[in-house]
Amino acid sequence: MSYFRAENLSLHFGGLKAVDAVSFAVEKGEILSIIGPNGAGKSSIFNLISRIYRPTSGRIFFEDQDITEQPPYDIAKLGIARTFQNIELFENATVLSNLLVGRHRHSTTQLWQELLFLPSVRANEKVHRRRVEQVIEFLDLEPYRDKLISGLPYGVRKVIELARALCSEPKLILLDEPSSGLNVEETDDMSFWIRDMKSELGVTVLMVEHDMSLVNRVSDRVIALNYGRVLAMGSPAEVQEHPDVVAAYLGA
Amino acid sequence: MRFLFKTDYEDDIKLFPHSGYIISYGLLLALLLIAPYVLSSYLMSQLVFVCIYATVGVALLILTGFTGQASLGHAAFLAIGAYTAAYLQKYNVPFPVYFLAAGASTGIIGAMVGFPALRLTGIYLVIATISFALIVEEILARWESVTNGNEGMRVKTLSLLGVTVPRDSPTFYYLCLAVLVLTIVGTLNLLRSPTGRAFVAIRDSETAARSMGVNVALYKVKSFAISATITGFAGVLFAHKLSFISPEMFTLQLSIEFIIVILIGGTFSLHGAVLGAIFIVMIDPFLTYLKDDMPGIIAGIAATFGASPATAGNIQSNAAAFASLNGLKGAIYGIIIVLFVLFEPLGLYGRWLKIKLFFQLFPLYKRATFKRQKIYVKSERNR
Amino acid sequence: MLDFVQQLVSGVALGCVYGLIALGFVLVYKATEVVNFAQGDLMMLGGFFAFTFIGMMGLNYWIGFAGAVATMALFGMLAERVVVRPILGYPQFSIIMATIGLGYFLRSVAGMIWGTDDLKIETPFSQGVLRMGSLVLAYDKLSVIAATMILCALLWLFFNKTMLGTAMRASSENMLAAYYMGIPVKRVVSVVWAISAAVATCAGVLLAPITFIHSNVGLVLGLKAFPAAVLGGFGSIPGAVVGGVLIGVIESMAGFYLPEGWKDVAPYVVLLTVLLLKPEGLFGLHVRKKV
Ligand SMILES: Nc1ncnc2c1ncn2[C@@H]1O[C@H](COP(=O)(O)OP(=O)(O)OP(=O)(O)O)[C@@H](O)[C@H]1O
Ligand SMILES: [Mg+2]
Repeated sequence: MSYFRAENLSLHFGGLKAVDAVSFAVEKGEILSIIGPNGAGKSSIFNLISRIYRPTSGRIFFEDQDITEQPPYDIAKLGIARTFQNIELFENATVLSNLLVGRHRHSTTQLWQELLFLPSVRANEKVHRRRVEQVIEFLDLEPYRDKLISGLPYGVRKVIELARALCSEPKLILLDEPSSGLNVEETDDMSFWIRDMKSELGVTVLMVEHDMSLVNRVSDRVIALNYGRVLAMGSPAEVQEHPDVVAAYLGA
Repeated sequence: MRFLFKTDYEDDIKLFPHSGYIISYGLLLALLLIAPYVLSSYLMSQLVFVCIYATVGVALLILTGFTGQASLGHAAFLAIGAYTAAYLQKYNVPFPVYFLAAGASTGIIGAMVGFPALRLTGIYLVIATISFALIVEEILARWESVTNGNEGMRVKTLSLLGVTVPRDSPTFYYLCLAVLVLTIVGTLNLLRSPTGRAFVAIRDSETAARSMGVNVALYKVKSFAISATITGFAGVLFAHKLSFISPEMFTLQLSIEFIIVILIGGTFSLHGAVLGAIFIVMIDPFLTYLKDDMPGIIAGIAATFGASPATAGNIQSNAAAFASLNGLKGAIYGIIIVLFVLFEPLGLYGRWLKIKLFFQLFPLYKRATFKRQKIYVKSERNR
Repeated sequence: MLDFVQQLVSGVALGCVYGLIALGFVLVYKATEVVNFAQGDLMMLGGFFAFTFIGMMGLNYWIGFAGAVATMALFGMLAERVVVRPILGYPQFSIIMATIGLGYFLRSVAGMIWGTDDLKIETPFSQGVLRMGSLVLAYDKLSVIAATMILCALLWLFFNKTMLGTAMRASSENMLAAYYMGIPVKRVVSVVWAISAAVATCAGVLLAPITFIHSNVGLVLGLKAFPAAVLGGFGSIPGAVVGGVLIGVIESMAGFYLPEGWKDVAPYVVLLTVLLLKPEGLFGLHVRKKV
């Protein structure tokens, strides 16, 4: 059985078929990229997985468990974290608190314990903090720890969002256009981190990306999407040479 | 200026980041403790109100400031706490029991308000909380068997462990102060724990909070319940302080005053709630002062600048007439709210931070440090 | 049955006033996403101006009416310029608070200027009644209904048939895009405030014969107009009027058929129920943030 599987997934907005009977599988430990022109339905697939939208039809499986009906907050608890195309950070909080929210799925303390800040809460906080520091080190975020998000440049925010997702120690991470808005150098860093995430942290990566060079550098496999349908699936080279994909990108 | 070298994760968790804090808060607490022996009974009475208003302010801050759920119905929570206490008192229930019961009942009702509020955002939530408060007000006025309707209820003198505690005694003041301090400490604890961070996450992006595993609905209800519980506690003290309660004390006007408390103090900090409470409570004595003494002083100033006695007298009576105009308090409220929103969105506490930074960095202070970021019109319609 | 029709007519008349205030909310909200909590107070102020022109200066009713509307339109622009424009785009709650502050200020100042007594405006149709069989309908109530219908028609024509109206609709859909298209968004917003203050004034003057004008009338009626606007979906102009009429009828029926006390809370009970079942109001659209 595959690690993660989408079966006949569809999402309709009125007459618009944003996602149309899409099936694919992600193997444990691989980096799978979804490519496709604007409006192809890539982000919609992510939103279906993280249950922001309810699928019109189809099922989603993770570690052989049907997660189609799970409430959205449980998806994170299962070990699926994500980033957003347009960055959804907690603007008026510090970088540190943003990352600590990433630890939310590991918090076990009760409200009354927190009100009294019992030793158990304190101990937990230290554990969270240690994990967060590891991620900060991994992504070179040291200079920003105590800064407010609202004052940070776009490129840094993008990394912080990735960091927040990593703080939850996910098994599967969904990256929605990790390199959009980044300059060449930052994109290079991003590609190294994505590969390290796989090799060092053992995270499985499902990624939406427009930048073909990044896709080629990191992906094990690629899926091409257009008008909510899968056009081609396979190695990066195969997919890019596929006639339907070429046609879709040329707008024919 | 002071540089902090952090050597342990503990350093970021501590309530007092360095010894300076302990000294200044210790000093403040000492001053507050000796206050009853120094201040006039009128000022002491105002100080008790400051404690009560600040407690409600902190409660509102948890809900509105940290969780981002606006409420214009906190007067209703205060009323529920106050009436629960007054009602249980009739059956000779001891203070600790009705104090807790008032908190619990208000908390439960707060959670119940929280449920429908789950699906509401922005303006809809504001209107729903206003509606809730208006309905509560009407129920208090009509449910005569319990609340005695518009006649109101007398509240007996507080009796704690067999000792009577009159509402103008130092002990009562200490009680109010203790409730405030405990509320603040509890809130600070919450803010450095997962729950507090989840609140802030919900305020800033519900979508992201959800995707990080925060059960948004649950935490919103929690926030409502906590905020209401604290307000319920404050309601008990409020009832005792006034010794008489009736529905018209808990109007929309009061809810707005609570909002002014956090708005003027600064919607992001607990210091703000306290400063805002001082402000709101002291506006009455200030207006009285304006009415009684100001006209004379103005006339005196006019006289020293060479105005004839007749003109000075004229000025005095005009100033007196102005100061005793009926709606002056409302107008001042209005102007203050508008001015704060327009020019000091971070409130009094923000102003204090700016002044502090100015002296720390002198002469290098840049105005731009606190400049609001340019925001282009961003829709809150689809959250 | 007769009672029912009587109640229905007074409910609809009252509801029209709510609807007109709600219309002001909706206009401003659609254009700027600002919820103007001082809308009721604009109505109150309009009523006082009309009283000044008609009752104190002895002008002809219609001239006084028009004068009040014009004055208030200017005042609406001024209020927008001074209080709202500087903070446009800031969190909604700040803006709501600013308009609450504005409301406080207007109420107090009106109280200082015009006193706290109830004032009455003599109208050409204050006294008359329309008899249909045994049914007796007061002209002042009917006039409110008629005037509301005329106003709605005028607004509809304005929004759908004039350039300025089209520009307003465009900028209410997407302010940034409208700005890029060369629509003078600031002026449009200014005009929207002028219109909404003018509509509020009409409500105030029409209301004057039914209930008196006093400095708190705006607060009381403004609070009732919220349920109206919410029922109508807060974004829809016909919705606001329909919502207003619904609230007016509910209130007047509750006052007549239900025990004492219900009259004042019935609109809010209905509002909470509707919000529970349909959080976007009866006519509202459900839109979600795209991520
Ligand atoms: N909430 C929604 N309501 C209506 N239509 C929507 C909604 N969300 C997405 N769509 C539509 O679904 C289609 C797919 O959108 P999606 O965001 O998944 O595209 P995408 O592949 O991520 O494109 P991009 O590269 O621009 O991010 C688009 O046509 C979009 O307009
Ligand atoms: Mg996308």
